[in-house]
Amino acid sequence: MSVDALVPSAIDGLMLGFVYGLAAMGLTLIFGVMRVINLSHGPVIALGMFVVYVLFTGAGVNPYLGLIAAAGLGILFGVAIYFVAVDRIINAPELTTLLATYSVNLMIVGVATSVFTTTPRAVDISLGSVGGSGVTILGTHAVAVAIAIAGAALLYAILFRTRIGKSIRAVANNRAAAELMGIDSRRVLALSFGIGTSLAMTSGALLSTLFSFTPLSGATYEVKSFVIVVLGGLGNPTGALVGGIVLGLLEGVSTVFIPVSWVPVLEYVIFIAILLVRPTGLLGARA
Amino acid sequence: MIRVRAPFLPALLVVLAIVAALPLAVNNNSLREELFLMFMLITLASSINIIMGYTGYVSFGHIVFFGLGGYFAFYLMQNFNAHFLVAALAGAIPASAIALVIGVPILRLRGAYFALATIGINEAMRTAINNFEPFGGAVGMFFNFSVYDTYGGARNAALLAYGVMVVVALATVTTSYLIRRSKFGLSLMAIREDQDVAMVVGIDPARAKVVAYVISSFFPALAGATFFFKNGIIEPGVAFDLLRSIESLVMCVLGGTGTVAGPIVGAALYEWLRGFLITTPALANFQLFLAGLLLLVVVLFVTAGLVGWLRNRYPVLRAYIQ
Amino acid sequence: MRGITVALALVGLLAAACGGTTTPGAGTSGQATVKKDLIIGFTASQTGAQNVASNKQTEGIKLWVDDVTKAGGIKLKDGTILMPQIKSYDDQSATDRVQALYTKLINDDKVDFLLSPYSSGLVKAAAVVSEQNGKVMITAGGADDATMEQGFRNIYQVYTPASKYLTGAIDLMLKLDPTIKKVAIVNEKDSFSTSVVAAAKPYAESKGLQVVVNQGYDTGTVDFGPFINQISAAAPDAIIGGGHLPDGTTLAKQLYEKKVSARFVALLVAPPEPTFADIGEAAQFIVGPSQWETQTKYSAEAAKTAGVPFYGPTGADFTTAYKAKFSAPPSYHSAGGYAAGLTLQKALEDAGSTDPEKVKTALDKDDFMTFYGRIKFSTDPKTHGKQIAHEMVYVQWLKGSDGKLATQIVWPAEAKSADPQLRK
Repeated sequence: MSVDALVPSAIDGLMLGFVYGLAAMGLTLIFGVMRVINLSHGPVIALGMFVVYVLFTGAGVNPYLGLIAAAGLGILFGVAIYFVAVDRIINAPELTTLLATYSVNLMIVGVATSVFTTTPRAVDISLGSVGGSGVTILGTHAVAVAIAIAGAALLYAILFRTRIGKSIRAVANNRAAAELMGIDSRRVLALSFGIGTSLAMTSGALLSTLFSFTPLSGATYEVKSFVIVVLGGLGNPTGALVGGIVLGLLEGVSTVFIPVSWVPVLEYVIFIAILLVRPTGLLGARA
Repeated sequence: MIRVRAPFLPALLVVLAIVAALPLAVNNNSLREELFLMFMLITLASSINIIMGYTGYVSFGHIVFFGLGGYFAFYLMQNFNAHFLVAALAGAIPASAIALVIGVPILRLRGAYFALATIGINEAMRTAINNFEPFGGAVGMFFNFSVYDTYGGARNAALLAYGVMVVVALATVTTSYLIRRSKFGLSLMAIREDQDVAMVVGIDPARAKVVAYVISSFFPALAGATFFFKNGIIEPGVAFDLLRSIESLVMCVLGGTGTVAGPIVGAALYEWLRGFLITTPALANFQLFLAGLLLLVVVLFVTAGLVGWLRNRYPVLRAYIQ
Repeated sequence: MRGITVALALVGLLAAACGGTTTPGAGTSGQATVKKDLIIGFTASQTGAQNVASNKQTEGIKLWVDDVTKAGGIKLKDGTILMPQIKSYDDQSATDRVQALYTKLINDDKVDFLLSPYSSGLVKAAAVVSEQNGKVMITAGGADDATMEQGFRNIYQVYTPASKYLTGAIDLMLKLDPTIKKVAIVNEKDSFSTSVVAAAKPYAESKGLQVVVNQGYDTGTVDFGPFINQISAAAPDAIIGGGHLPDGTTLAKQLYEKKVSARFVALLVAPPEPTFADIGEAAQFIVGPSQWETQTKYSAEAAKTAGVPFYGPTGADFTTAYKAKFSAPPSYHSAGGYAAGLTLQKALEDAGSTDPEKVKTALDKDDFMTFYGRIKFSTDPKTHGKQIAHEMVYVQWLKGSDGKLATQIVWPAEAKSADPQLRK
């Protein structure tokens, strides 16, 4: 436990925080628009990893091009999940949608572990590193931050600069009223699920360039997304990005003061505490 | 309308007891191992049913009590040479006490927030015990084999564990039945339908929910103690396995939430399927896909589950199947 | 009717021929030979985190079965010939699956003897099941000390126990550079690595070393950033630890990427596996303990010096046959798998029977040398079955004259194939 580790740990944590935040934005968008807590979030993150992996090892596609493919497939896949598992029960109690999306989780994990097994995989890519005097920043991590920021900016552009975005915000605000205004809410809901899934898969694609993974890896990041979303307020994309950065920093900095293996305990305790004390999140729900 | 009170509970218990005696009668260890797991799953699914089916609170992380009961009992047996039966009870009581302590705050949360909180609690417990050295940390605990000498060797200990698991399962089913038939059960179901209305008719929801939660934590803790006694080894990942938690929830939904027989039917079906798939290499992971598919079909189309569907389809059965 | 008679006669001839060729002498005593299947069960991690090392172990076992089959089976004194058959499942590197599958192997598949899965955590889980069912199990790939200190009666370990994995590395390190003072220990928090560190840490301290970082990481960790930052800040002279193949490989890679400048790095399990070379330059100078290397030379002469019999193939024969069959070099995990088979084979021959009690008596008495090293089991009831004779070597990834990275034995000094070097 050394304070000398503080700066590099904080920087490492902060950088990962952006990637966590991107995934969490997907989760929170879906909740904000349709009040569904998407329990298939983790496996979807893992799918993003495997899209990059398959393209990279199978066809030699550059991981960052693979990432664009993952983002695109994410939209299609999300729309599919919506119509298969969510559409029919969109007005049912939250518990029903919780179980329905969990069933999708099980199906994805079942198929992915059958196909890819649980053997660890990695996308072998190196972009060198910069720095010295105790702080070394890997190229892949720096690029991941840039892409995560670009992804977040794109989401904002869509939400606030396009007609579709306007419809999404309208449906999120009041579905019945939006329908009266002539908005086809089913299409908007499906598309929102698609965008949310795409964000999760993009985040997974980025993570695949940083660390090795298995079809079960999504679970770790899913839980992080939950913590972030609860930190930032369920349904609030800005909150999710900020929450991601806060969680990343916290993970990095806390390792200076407590053994690394205690960090998850701290995260879960914070998670439960916020749920109990302020379920709307520290930044307030739904901006 | 004439309502016949069929002797549902005695009939159910007799059927289960006959099934339980089967592997002993034909001396089939393999079948006994499978049924050991099945009775454990019946216990888990029926317990979840009390809080989820009757009360309407989806406890995703219910396995936390299985893990705690297992750890407490294991610790007592390992370090104080406690007899298994004593250790199982002595382990389940603090597990339920913990349910009381965490139940009071988290049962205030509604719907999805409660479900998320239970996941958080299970994970917090798993990661904390992962670092808790008296319980062996990440490595877990491991019996010295002389522990089994008290029971006449490891083989007899496994037999004892089987017997206890059957008894625990029967006790869970009986409790589940008694709650459903009681005034207390009615108040739980009133809370499930509409908590505010329940309050108006004089039910204290906070109190009733916590009582249901504590009861539903006791049996998984006993099952955990028994399971890990037989295993001779306990580690955090196996004790607090979120997947097992959710699988037992799937069994409950599959068979029919809110019915007594539902979780039993669901557990038996699911375990049979799992046993079939686990040794087929190509299908080894496929059980997850099938579990997901089954869950989705039930959630989307057969909300009442198998038993519930039967009861709705053939109302005459309502007198016989609870 | 006539057809049947002819067929019967043919069967008789065939049996006589078999008896005549495979067990010379059996014919003279008038004893009939009986061929029997010997079913050997185990699970392997065909998938999951442990799959690479586990596959090597399985290949070792398969080669042993091949060799026995080619030699015409295991011949017992009473004329019985045992033909080994493997019954195996994929445990996916998961403890609960190991327990379910060993139960199935014992109860449904009615295996005669068990071999172990790979990695201490899984071996421990399998050991409990086989012990509960009174089945003899020879373990390879399980080095954890604690497992073998539970009063087992049916488990026999061919690996040198975990407590010896890094103590030799510390001796090597201090011999190489006596000025090393500060050491960081970062290890996987599983039963094996914990056992290793439980012995290595006090040993390091007894040698006057100062442990400046001492942290455990969870199985499955992929991001070692937080640990590396701690290590960098403490600026140790040496780093020891690791766990298994995936995490050890990743740790070595990230230490290199983050330019950590320790002079000596020793990691568990990963360095002796050929696939460790996948991380390229990051592998250079990394030291690792090994149960066996292709350069190891245990021979009939060495056995004679030690006063014990030599049993089984020579190291060169094993390596050649292995490369021919699997088109890849063996690692110590392969040798361990083969040695487990050999150990069982010798015990069966000594016992002259498949009766578990007789086989156990033979195993308890065993003290012999193979290409893999010397094998002898503890007979103290508290540590029964623990390996007490086998010794380890240490390898280091070094560049040869051709500029290519390869492992060399660097310790103990009398066995070395190259001089150890400090990390640059």
